[in-house]
Amino acid sequence: MAAHRCSNCAALLILCSLSVFIVVDSQETTLNGGHHATTVHNPQTTTGTAEQTAEPAVEERRWEATAVEEATPDDDDDAAASDKQDTSAPETVDPSSVPQPKDDFQEELVIRPLHSGDIYASFQFRTVWETDFMRGNKVSHYRLFPKSLGQVISKFSVRELHISFTQGYWRTMQWGQPFQPSPPGAELWVWFQDSVTDVDGTWKELTNVLSGIFCASLNFIDSTNTVQPSASFKPLGIGNETDHRFLRYATLPREIVCTENLTPWKKLLPCGSKAGLAVLLKSEKLFHSSFHSQAVHIRPVCQDWQCKTTSWELRQTLNVVFDLHNSAQGKREWSLFKMFSRTLTEACPLASSSKIYIDITDNPQGEQFEVSPATPLLSQAVVLGDRRTFSVYDLTQQITFGTVRSLNLLIRWKSSEGDMLRPLLHAERYVAGYGLQTGEIHTLMYNNHPYRSFPVLLLDSVPWYLRLYIHTLTVTSKGKDNKPSYIHYQPSKDRLRPHLLEMLVQLPPNSVTEVTVQFERALLKWTEYTPDPNHGFYVGSSVISSLVPSIVAMDTNSTRERPLFSSFFPCKEESSYFVRVYTEPLLVNLPTPDFSMPYNVICLTCTVVAVGYGSLYNLLTRSFQIEEPSPGLAKRIANIIRKMRGVPPL
Amino acid sequence: FNKTLKLLMLNQWLTVRCVLIPRLKSPGVKRRFRIYSSALLVLQWLTNKDYKGGERFLVKMAAPLTLLVILSVTIRAVLYRSSLAEVISERVEVVSPLTAWKRVVEGLALLDLGVSPYSGDVFHETPLIIYLFHFVVDYAEITFMLADVITAVALYMAVMDYNKQVFRKQKYALEADRYPLDCLELIRSPKEMYYIPLKVAMFYLLNPFTILSCVAKSTCGLNNAVIALFILTTIKGNVLLSAIFLSLATYQSIYPLTLCAPALLYLMQRQFIPVNFRRVSFWWFIAQYAFMYLGSLFVIVGLSFFLLGSWDYVPSVYGFILSVPDLTPNIGLFWYFFAEMFEHFRLFFLCVFQINVFFYTIPLSIKLKEHPVFLIFMQLAVISIFKSYPTVGDIALYMAFLPVWSHLHRFLRNIFLVSCVLLACSALFPVLWHLWIYAGSANSNFYYAITLLFNVAQILLVSDYFYAFLRREHHLSYGLYLKRKDGSEATLVLK
Repeated sequence: MAAHRCSNCAALLILCSLSVFIVVDSQETTLNGGHHATTVHNPQTTTGTAEQTAEPAVEERRWEATAVEEATPDDDDDAAASDKQDTSAPETVDPSSVPQPKDDFQEELVIRPLHSGDIYASFQFRTVWETDFMRGNKVSHYRLFPKSLGQVISKFSVRELHISFTQGYWRTMQWGQPFQPSPPGAELWVWFQDSVTDVDGTWKELTNVLSGIFCASLNFIDSTNTVQPSASFKPLGIGNETDHRFLRYATLPREIVCTENLTPWKKLLPCGSKAGLAVLLKSEKLFHSSFHSQAVHIRPVCQDWQCKTTSWELRQTLNVVFDLHNSAQGKREWSLFKMFSRTLTEACPLASSSKIYIDITDNPQGEQFEVSPATPLLSQAVVLGDRRTFSVYDLTQQITFGTVRSLNLLIRWKSSEGDMLRPLLHAERYVAGYGLQTGEIHTLMYNNHPYRSFPVLLLDSVPWYLRLYIHTLTVTSKGKDNKPSYIHYQPSKDRLRPHLLEMLVQLPPNSVTEVTVQFERALLKWTEYTPDPNHGFYVGSSVISSLVPSIVAMDTNSTRERPLFSSFFPCKEESSYFVRVYTEPLLVNLPTPDFSMPYNVICLTCTVVAVGYGSLYNLLTRSFQIEEPSPGLAKRIANIIRKMRGVPPL
Repeated sequence: FNKTLKLLMLNQWLTVRCVLIPRLKSPGVKRRFRIYSSALLVLQWLTNKDYKGGERFLVKMAAPLTLLVILSVTIRAVLYRSSLAEVISERVEVVSPLTAWKRVVEGLALLDLGVSPYSGDVFHETPLIIYLFHFVVDYAEITFMLADVITAVALYMAVMDYNKQVFRKQKYALEADRYPLDCLELIRSPKEMYYIPLKVAMFYLLNPFTILSCVAKSTCGLNNAVIALFILTTIKGNVLLSAIFLSLATYQSIYPLTLCAPALLYLMQRQFIPVNFRRVSFWWFIAQYAFMYLGSLFVIVGLSFFLLGSWDYVPSVYGFILSVPDLTPNIGLFWYFFAEMFEHFRLFFLCVFQINVFFYTIPLSIKLKEHPVFLIFMQLAVISIFKSYPTVGDIALYMAFLPVWSHLHRFLRNIFLVSCVLLACSALFPVLWHLWIYAGSANSNFYYAITLLFNVAQILLVSDYFYAFLRREHHLSYGLYLKRKDGSEATLVLK
């Protein structure tokens, strides 16, 4: 209801002006025609100043222009949408009493055709709201920001919240780095405000509430899988509080993500799945893929360059990789319809910007694949240390949809050659050893940079039932011992707390660094096993966080308008960019008792104890006596008769 | 005789050299070898000196003991150098979570990282053990061998002293004509008692269980040394040292607390204090002993507190022993029982099982009031059967006492069966472990069945010795060949 009450004429006016303002201040743009190869000649140029004065345009392509007229259809859409809402809004609301909602919603979809023939689609929905949840007065007027999450933020004094649900494992060596990395299963990390006194209690409540909001088993997060990383997870938003007492991190590698998690996630969007890019999110297609990851990130961000005002940012992301053989029947040809069984007809009317980006960096001349319909708009962005070129489709413009009033992007591969740039940082992990008594965890970290070494932070959170022996920890690179410069180790407590191992390792250039640590498998109580104990127990992914040397200068201005996918991790210096890599989760078998015989065991063991007790009791309480054989039955009867007769017995 | 001794020494020397020299590549081994050889020389010198001093008895006994010590140290040293050492140190029968050397090393590594070793659930040794190994971690093998030798020598001396007393008592009884006439067969002769101390040392040092425990560097060996020193000081009649060693043993693992009853009985017997609740002298002695015991315990606990500056070790060591959170399989009764236990009965059965260890102290003390050394044996056996994390090292300690009771053999009922079961179980432990953990062709019930059988055999062994002891005492007061009323030969029964 809050959204309805908020949407009135005043709000509409402000929204229109705001959206115009934002569109004007758009990302790195130039009106000049240009060729992206020119930027390679001139890698020192900062991303913002793309002053390509190259030879006349080779193609009839136009760099994405910031045109005021773009706002016109936007206005129309907004007006239409708000007209609709106006009709249902209560008439009694006084316009002046309603707080001015300074909120904004953007949506975008990035499509990256992968060399393996698979296709990677990344949705980002960003809602920014200039408000303060932490003030004394309750925020009760919600418009674009979902009320359920707003209440969570204010009730639990959350400073930052990052939650992701992932099905499948991101194959870095095949697909490159994802825009938002996430481990298989569910991951949740939260920074609380420093006003929170009982962090563990708040965390417990918060996980239960989130469990309800996202229909996920987050209520299984308890002290046995929660850790407080000391260095790996820094706040991504503003704020310099880095006391890790207020940080909680937990993963549920066993969590299976499916439709019931997607539906509540879609409901958080302003347009739901009714309009805009979200219409593509049909669960039967999304979950018929090699990789699916959906996430919600909430953080405070700066509104402007001086950071005078802060606002709350809600970023909903959804990454999906469709498999060449599974979804496309082996044909190297992709379309929106093929991927999502939907086409696009309109942008979300509430969105200030709604764009589709197609990564054409590896395809400057169109020799690898062709995209149709062709778009004149091009955009460049520095993402993950690399300058990428994108074709842009602006859904707020009617022309994008053409005459059929429907956009169905088609990507057709021409050749299957070509090689992807190998990611600079890559990691994998496995369990070595045989038998159910001991084992060894091996983590391999690859630095593919030809001449630069860089430090990485490795975080391992191992459940208590794999008892790590830290004295067996070895770190070797290139056959030599590589002593970590920082180790933070928190040993586990049985049934209470997992192991936490964090270390800072310098990866030499062009090398593999191997981290091994031995563990012992514990025998658990029979009630502590999962229903399928011989399937094994999952150990969450290791997290490798690093500042990787960048090829091009990174944009350090976090408030400037950039495509959403390139502005997730804040960048502190120009020469390197932040990467987080998750390794595979491990599946470890534990020895099991026989679940069918608790009664037998209790009986048998008690029998043995009773044998001990009985034999000692016997010897302690009795004394030796000479055995007098009892007289036979005939003799006894005879004696009774003789007694009756009064004769002395035999 | 001296010549023979020297020849034997030389022989020993040569075997040590032959075995060790091929492995003398590393400087560490060289250094250790030098220590062995110097110890050998010192022992040689000691025995020679004793001989020259004319104490024939000492030499006659000390020389075999020296040989035994050298032999056992050699066996251990060879096993340490072999690839078996690593396999043995992983065996669940030999090391428990309480005593594993791997966990000691882990605790030291945690200290190096600046983390309290008790903040996790891997390290459960007492602070004094950390302190000890903080200095001697590089000489761990020698420390463990030394602990075994100390245990053996302490038991040897204790049993020698005890035998003298038994003999003296028997002499007085004979002179006072207290034994029935037909009991002459039961009277122990000095000839058969002569080699008992040596046999005790041999039973401890050459017992495969002790050797395995020592090669695995299980800290059980250190606990055994403390308990052996406690027995020695008690039998020698040193009240203060007895109390100190008892408090040390209690501090290491709670269970030796029950040994205070035999210690008190023995010391009172020695000081001719009657065990009578109405006597002041009885209570005064108990108060003295309790004061010394609690005082030294207080000092040790306080010292541990100041070593690490926290009380974390109390829940981590004693809470761990009493609440049995770690269900790693071992030869005891606890692990599978509590793995399969229903959660709401857990506390009840935990109390029942733990009380079991302490429960037998009072009735046994009453029954064996006159025989505190046998009571020590019984208590050690009960502890090693019913403790929460038993290892074969605990069994080895009470088995070392078996030669002391060799005169009971004629009354043992099923020693053949029990020893067969014990041997078979010892062989089956690794087999069934392999089938369960590595081959996957058996499940936990197989291993559990063997632990059950092993414990039944231990219980039968102990109760058999107890029965034989009581029966001999009965015969000593009522005569060996008992007759029925009608004059026919009688059989004894428990009633």
